[in-house]
Amino acid sequence: MPKTLAEKVYDAHVVRSADGEPDLLYIDLHLVHEGTSAQAFDGLRAAGRTVRRPDLTMATEDHNVPTTDLLAPIADPVGRAQVEALRRNTAAFGIREAPLGDRDQGIVHVIGPQLGLTLPGMAIVCGDSHTSTHGAFGALAFGIGTSEVEHVLATQTLPQYRPKQMAVTVDGELPPGASAKDLILAVIARIGTAGGREHIIEYRGAAIEALSMEARMTVCNMSIEAGARAGMIAPDRTTFDYVKGRPHAPRGADWDAALAYWKTLRTDEGAVFDREVHIDASSVTPYVTWGTNPGQALPISATVPDPADLADESERRAAESALAYMGLTAGTPLRDIEVDTVFLGSCTNGRIEDLRVAAELLRGRRIDPDTRMLVVPGSVQVGLQAEAEGLDRVFIEAGAEWRGAGCSMCLAMNADRLAPGERAASTTNRNFRGRQGKGGRTHLVSPAVAAATALTGRLAAPAAPADLAGTPTPPGA
Amino acid sequence: MEAFTTHTGTAAPLRHSDVDTDQIIPAEYLKRITRTGFEDGLFVDWRRSDPDFVLNQPRYATASILVAGPDFGIGSSREHAVWALLDGGFRVVVSARFGDIFRTNCTKAGLLAVVLPQREVEALWEATEADPTLPVTVDLTEREVRYGDRALPFQMEDYTRWRLLNGLDDIGLTERHRADIDAYEARRSAWLPTALPVGPR
Ligand code: SF4
Repeated sequence: MPKTLAEKVYDAHVVRSADGEPDLLYIDLHLVHEGTSAQAFDGLRAAGRTVRRPDLTMATEDHNVPTTDLLAPIADPVGRAQVEALRRNTAAFGIREAPLGDRDQGIVHVIGPQLGLTLPGMAIVCGDSHTSTHGAFGALAFGIGTSEVEHVLATQTLPQYRPKQMAVTVDGELPPGASAKDLILAVIARIGTAGGREHIIEYRGAAIEALSMEARMTVCNMSIEAGARAGMIAPDRTTFDYVKGRPHAPRGADWDAALAYWKTLRTDEGAVFDREVHIDASSVTPYVTWGTNPGQALPISATVPDPADLADESERRAAESALAYMGLTAGTPLRDIEVDTVFLGSCTNGRIEDLRVAAELLRGRRIDPDTRMLVVPGSVQVGLQAEAEGLDRVFIEAGAEWRGAGCSMCLAMNADRLAPGERAASTTNRNFRGRQGKGGRTHLVSPAVAAATALTGRLAAPAAPADLAGTPTPPGA
Repeated sequence: MEAFTTHTGTAAPLRHSDVDTDQIIPAEYLKRITRTGFEDGLFVDWRRSDPDFVLNQPRYATASILVAGPDFGIGSSREHAVWALLDGGFRVVVSARFGDIFRTNCTKAGLLAVVLPQREVEALWEATEADPTLPVTVDLTEREVRYGDRALPFQMEDYTRWRLLNGLDDIGLTERHRADIDAYEARRSAWLPTALPVGPR
């Protein structure tokens, strides 16, 4: 029987299946962070259990860690207690942990690929919904809750029901100025925040194949925002080139064996998807969100929609309440919306390519004086790489703040947050109410739109040259 | 996990769609390392900012069944959302559609997530708005929601239902299959990585 990519990887991890029961899946890599693990370790202890495979478990601190004063003790006592709990738990159970200050510390979904721990064909879980990021390598990767974290710690397996299969085929070529972020926002605007529910989405087609690994991660990252369990992209040359030589990637004869297997990880001719969606890449332009869920997005050239135009009553009410929360009036051009803060970072867009794109647009310019911009690398390694390329200087000279690695303002568990009513253009993945700080208003954007917006103080895309005006840095400044 | 067989209580109508887990409990509360005591975080922003919010209304103060709009529990995987609902006195959430991870988390922690068609959700909204004291029964044995003269069937996988009826936790069940796990491990590819530190190679 022809199989999809997801079915191949799923089947390869079935430890046991029995009629009327969920399958038991083996987990190759379990990523752990401070935000969702403490109660799982407590559960293990209470039941007198151990961690079955500490060697297949990797922990780091990302969700609540500060991005300034990295070497001082964490000022927030509750956050500090949580990080200390992770350090204690990982030490007690023999799990490797990359603490604040370590060169491998960073957002879980950034460090896995960077270390070569994320490889094609693996089954990867983490107590975090954006585990879907790792699907960019052709891995089956999905987020789990704390009870499941405990289950994986104890047994290295997880009971699962076979998901449905969905294909999002993106044909054609992305136009210049449109990025992977715009593409995935366009996909979610099209299929809705529940469009992928109960499915694994395989992204395929010429436009996907043309993407770099980092861009593929951006796409797969936001699968959960389309309601999907996971997103996947078949591994290819781009994948293998990215993986080769990374610290944990196989070498020598192991590499050859792995590569031979990885090349089989493609959806077979004639395999059946439960649902198929086609998108024309050439129609994708920079997207921004106007509402309070990631499906409420439009091309930046559009205007704030009028809820009265929506036929469905519950959609209309949702749009009305979103506009009230966002402080927006129907009919306002999106480009007229002034922002207070620009956030560049997160597991969606906090990798080196994202920083390069933004830095290129900011080089030799000054951001709008009334706008603050935070640049938070996804990991220490990303930060070091950016510094080696001089990108930190570009950001600082443009007037942005250059910070330490972590989730930061993506979910505002640390001190980086919006004030009530403050408006942000953010390269993150969730524009939920209060996500970036109680009462904060979030517009999701790509790194290029973030940079262009920082220059003008209004939502802007670099495609329109006027948006790039900014104030040139005076010579010698 | 507490077993769930049948629960009778009153219901609170939450006329909102796309309620993400950030709304159910904001990230601020995720810093705690306990598993209980999250009731103060439940819908905290709505409770503080909107005096008319359904859970601020005294007539729904003792509700134990939450009837929500479609796509309840989307977004973050935080199981704290389930714990907060349980700590806040809820045993059942009804919606036409749930976020996948939220629904799984419910089955692990003993909160019953019941899927009913949106028109039945709306009928329940109207009934509980007309009479907040209306008793609603959620019967997992029969897979049925009953109120007034209505009896509405709902779906639940046999296995999950059996587990919930008996209050069984998954880890204990999986441990019975240790031999299968050992056998699987013995045939895993040798090139698969471990997370142990690697020195310069
Ligand atoms: S960067 Fe944001 S979305 Fe990604 S893991 Fe951190 S909090 Fe979650």
